[in-house]
Amino acid sequence: MGAQLRALWGWFDSRMPSVAEQWKVHAAGYYAPKNFNFWYFFGSLAMLVLGIQIVSGIFLTMNYKPDANLAFGSVEYIMRDVPAGWLIRYIHSTGASAFFIVVYLHMFRGLLYGSYKQPRELVWIFGVLIYLTLMGEAFFGYLLPWGQMSYWGAQVIVNLFGTVPFIGPDLALWIRGDYVVSDATLNRFFALHVIAFPLVLLGLVVAHILALHDVGSNNPDGVEIKKVKGPDGHPLDGIPFHPYYTVKDIMGAVFFLAIFCFIMFFVPEVSGYFLEYNNFIPADPLKTPQHIAPVWYFTPYYSILRAVPPLFHSQFPGVLAMGIATLILFFLPWLDRSPVKSIRYRGTLYKSALALFVAVFLVLGYLGTEPTTVWGQFQDRWDILDTKDVATWVARFCSILYFLFFFLMPWYTARDKVKPVPERVTA
Amino acid sequence: MNEQEKPDKTRRSLLVATSAVGAVAGVAAAVPFVASMWPSERARAAGAPVEVDLTKIAPGSLEVVEWRGKPVWIIRRTKEMLDSLKAAEPRLSDPASKASEQPKYAQNEYRSAKPEYMIMEGVCTHLGCSPQLKSAEAKAEMGADWAGGFYCPCHGSKFDLAGRVFRGAPAPVNLKVPPYEFVSDGTLVIGEDKEKKGV
Repeated sequence: MGAQLRALWGWFDSRMPSVAEQWKVHAAGYYAPKNFNFWYFFGSLAMLVLGIQIVSGIFLTMNYKPDANLAFGSVEYIMRDVPAGWLIRYIHSTGASAFFIVVYLHMFRGLLYGSYKQPRELVWIFGVLIYLTLMGEAFFGYLLPWGQMSYWGAQVIVNLFGTVPFIGPDLALWIRGDYVVSDATLNRFFALHVIAFPLVLLGLVVAHILALHDVGSNNPDGVEIKKVKGPDGHPLDGIPFHPYYTVKDIMGAVFFLAIFCFIMFFVPEVSGYFLEYNNFIPADPLKTPQHIAPVWYFTPYYSILRAVPPLFHSQFPGVLAMGIATLILFFLPWLDRSPVKSIRYRGTLYKSALALFVAVFLVLGYLGTEPTTVWGQFQDRWDILDTKDVATWVARFCSILYFLFFFLMPWYTARDKVKPVPERVTA
Repeated sequence: MNEQEKPDKTRRSLLVATSAVGAVAGVAAAVPFVASMWPSERARAAGAPVEVDLTKIAPGSLEVVEWRGKPVWIIRRTKEMLDSLKAAEPRLSDPASKASEQPKYAQNEYRSAKPEYMIMEGVCTHLGCSPQLKSAEAKAEMGADWAGGFYCPCHGSKFDLAGRVFRGAPAPVNLKVPPYEFVSDGTLVIGEDKEKKGV
């Protein structure tokens, strides 16, 4: 049997040797730093979640109907009548939030260890493109259940494009395909969600990994392992990705799936954070729910949007601020002037800036899930203020800090007192 | 050998010309796809005017009708409601509705052709949510100087009973007033007026 299998493989390999070559380049012969820690699980986990979303998504489309009259009912049908339909839908809805958790942690890893710095700028840029595509994918998908939150969320986001000077109203009309969010909008969002954006996402993931494997992985020390090579030409501090990291990542996947299954089986709505309560009410174009908020993964940017007051009778500045808040990520490799990559060798300035940034991001994220009145109002005598809502002022303050993290980065990273970086990785 | 390696200028120009024409064709091929995303003929035709029976609206109450898929509000304003409009003016962002959209006959202190009836699109000028009526009794929630108006649940914009936006709200201008006409004492038509009929 073994000899026959080997012969079969030989037959295959002589006709298509690139399979074995690619395996060697990207797995068995790809030398990754030996000091990867906890933070290095999230790249492979993101790919796992992408796989989960594609598979569960395919099966959802078998029963879902992209029609304004049928969509809400077809989702309830999946939940109640389709065998294991509830499970497939909860896999998909939990997967959506899990995707963002994993991606946010993956991006934070980049900030911790300077993984975006030279020579990995392209890896980072492809990563940011993946993040933006993922936001689009999540947004399109959220309209499909055709609940109140789906409907009004889409209404708000499409109108963001309507604020662009001059072309805005036509642009929003073109995106919707109607004067309001309607059947035409639902139908096209379905097309974009199930085929267009997933294809783009897959292409970007390939580009992200190819760019990474060309320059090699960074590590918690921010040391280039390719500088010190053994007599065999492989980095002394590197180990083959397969079997070492495939095995490590499988262990990570097991832990991840355990948490994933717990949420999916016991708390799939996560108190309205993963599945919002208002989305269990069918879309009603004439009635906005009492409190609308996007799903948690968009709330930091939503807070920034809400914090900016209108200027010159236009709400475009808020939209612009939100756009800049996401697009500024592209420039991170050039904003960071520090001679070291890893947080281990950075000084107090960067460490405090990063800690503050994380705090600000979480506060903005929290405020975005709540109404602006959540923290009450200032006293009446504060009449000079344009709004007395405490939460709006906190959001404004945090938005400024969010931007300062990026805009002041060239200054504080260049001034920061860094420690000497070792030649080889530690531990 | 050298003769062969020298690029043939004619062939080079033909290659450039072919690529350029090909690129133009490629861009032109995108036109039908982009065009297919504009509203269809059916969607364009669906914007007919609607008729409203005003006799069923009680003083002080709000009626919502659908016009072009959007909520349109008709508020039958009482004397107190109309009086509250003047008091709100110092706190408004565009009290005279100069930067806002409304037909000429509604650009006045009441933003209405007949002060009693306020007709406006119930669509926030910020990002298109539908604000909610908060009566003068909602002072605990809306602040001590609240005299009744509308509150947008999405981003907290506040409007008075003429749809005029308060300062400090994310909404940049007042709520939009659609074209309308009173065809008789008790009947209102939304989406059509004398000015537009001839067009």
